[in-house]
Amino acid sequence: MKMRMRQAIAQAIADEMRADPTVVLMGEDIAEAEGPFKTSEGLLEEFGSLRVRDTPISEMGFCGAALGAAATGLRPIVEIMFVEFIGVALDMVTTEAAKFRYLSGGQYTAPLVVRASTGAGLGFGAQHSQTLESWFISCPGLKVVVPSGARTAYGLLRSAIRDPDPVVVLESRVLYAEREETVTGEEGVIPLGVGELLRSGTAATVVSIGQMVGRAAQALENGGVSADLIDLRTLVPWDRGLVESSVARTGRLVIVEESPYTGGWGTDVAAHVASTCFSSLTAPIVRITCPDVPVPYPAHLEQAYLPSVDGIVEAISHVVTTGTRPMPWWQKEGFVG
Amino acid sequence: MTTPRERRAALADSTACLERMMEIRSFEDRIKELFAEGVVHGTTHTCQGQEAVSVGVAKVLAPSDQVCCTYRGHGHALALGMTMDAVLGEIMGRTTGAVGGVGGSMHLCDRTVGLLPTSAIVGAGIPIAVGAALTASMFGNGTVALALFGDGATNIGAFHEGLNLAAIWRLPVVFVCENNVYGEYSRFDRTTPIEDLAERGRSYAIPSEVVDGQSLDAVVGALELAVDRARSGGGPTFLECKTYRYSGHSRADAATYRPEGELDRWLARDPLVLYAQQLVGLGILDDAKVAALRGDVDRRVDECVERIKAAQPAMLESMFRNAGGR
Repeated sequence: MKMRMRQAIAQAIADEMRADPTVVLMGEDIAEAEGPFKTSEGLLEEFGSLRVRDTPISEMGFCGAALGAAATGLRPIVEIMFVEFIGVALDMVTTEAAKFRYLSGGQYTAPLVVRASTGAGLGFGAQHSQTLESWFISCPGLKVVVPSGARTAYGLLRSAIRDPDPVVVLESRVLYAEREETVTGEEGVIPLGVGELLRSGTAATVVSIGQMVGRAAQALENGGVSADLIDLRTLVPWDRGLVESSVARTGRLVIVEESPYTGGWGTDVAAHVASTCFSSLTAPIVRITCPDVPVPYPAHLEQAYLPSVDGIVEAISHVVTTGTRPMPWWQKEGFVG
Repeated sequence: MTTPRERRAALADSTACLERMMEIRSFEDRIKELFAEGVVHGTTHTCQGQEAVSVGVAKVLAPSDQVCCTYRGHGHALALGMTMDAVLGEIMGRTTGAVGGVGGSMHLCDRTVGLLPTSAIVGAGIPIAVGAALTASMFGNGTVALALFGDGATNIGAFHEGLNLAAIWRLPVVFVCENNVYGEYSRFDRTTPIEDLAERGRSYAIPSEVVDGQSLDAVVGALELAVDRARSGGGPTFLECKTYRYSGHSRADAATYRPEGELDRWLARDPLVLYAQQLVGLGILDDAKVAALRGDVDRRVDECVERIKAAQPAMLESMFRNAGGR
């Protein structure tokens, strides 16, 4: 069935709540208002205010409460309206929840899902448009999931809710309204840690997540480039085997990221592939990223900030034809040395 | 060997309560020595002077209730029933430690007596306890959650967010602040503009009380009311137990910043001495029996130290166990 990503999310939560009475949802304006991005439409009505619970604007408080609830028998999902808001609750996610199993010798687990909306494209400005994956991926004890549309949002969220350990689900905000053919029910469940080969080709391996998956696919289409396109879907643990086997065939790796050049999630993929697939590589690994600047507000600058379809086509074509690294546009145009 | 649950049940007896307070004191004194001897590394935060709060909490709560406490947690853990071997084993990084030796002094846990993983972050346990209370209220199982924290924690956001949530959701949780006068190296009056922290509880419409933290009976009395209120659906309670930390913040701190005479004034109201006098006054014990109890406790601590020194240090594989994720 074709549905919007926000509907797929609400559907995944509803399906897990029906299957498991311990699943609860907490967040700001997620109950009566059905979520600022309408990702909990219909849930209050079906499950009531005990299981679908509005919170005060109090991320530290409700993330901590969700953890305490998770450790003692519930399976809470918390919604962080904009991923930046996790900044005031990071202790509960990275330092408490992520360490509960370890620091209890396995006596307590924290089956907690932290969902957050991320990314640029809707004009929310510098403090409401970041992706921040790297805040979480460098923290042992967390799993990190990034859907690229309705289908993966549904399937990954169901697995995240069932996971016995804390999972951070980062949702590209710009995709909430996008429609995609989506399989619901058990068949639609997608295991964590497994990437997906969306296109097959010979000239390069293109790896991406979130809203950049669609742009990368469009770029391969527009540019007529024959390449593997891999949606990693899970950043921790990421599907190293899938990427390695693809690079072994294509000899080139291009990573398309909605994150700053410095410290983006792709650095980890690039470093791993450089060291494990060195002899297969026929060209430098290319990361197509955002520049190292805060996300600008005006629509035209915001789009310039994000990797564009044309920019991706150009970069892939460059590395495929010349075997050299395409210079990032901000360097080429002299904004950064 | 006595199990944690059995040790917990023993606290129904007043002599056992005195003995447990003595055990905590003797254990903590010995820990300081072990660090000084270089037998154990890292850091540690001891709780001499605060024993009545730990034992009071353990006496009133049921083992199925959930407790969050802090990195100054040896006393809480022993009071709740954890064995000295489990606690010292953890402090000394032994496989027999509470969490397999990978946590250290600040990270104790025992699900059988309701001790959630203790946190090394000031105030973190407060919202976590609120969440444990949320589970209890949703399951309607009569369980209570309790958070133990210091005066310093009342200046961190987690405290305020946690109390607010507990109040609006009317959850079965008890907040027990051990106001031991110092937050790390800073005296309470330099960091906090009010004298009684109970005021902060009241500002969230939570019944709040100042309690004599040196008197086991006072702690137990206040807690019984609070726990009854929580179990009967009356919502949260905040108790500020006025107490004192005889040692510095951590092993590195000689506490030279304390005003002259302050420690002596608190030692004059030592919780162990007060409770022993009370039991003697009631004819339950006499001075000789008190001395014998103390000697017995010291001997058991010595034996525990010898056992743990000989125990298997955590192995390389230990660090991969329960690490999760990847």
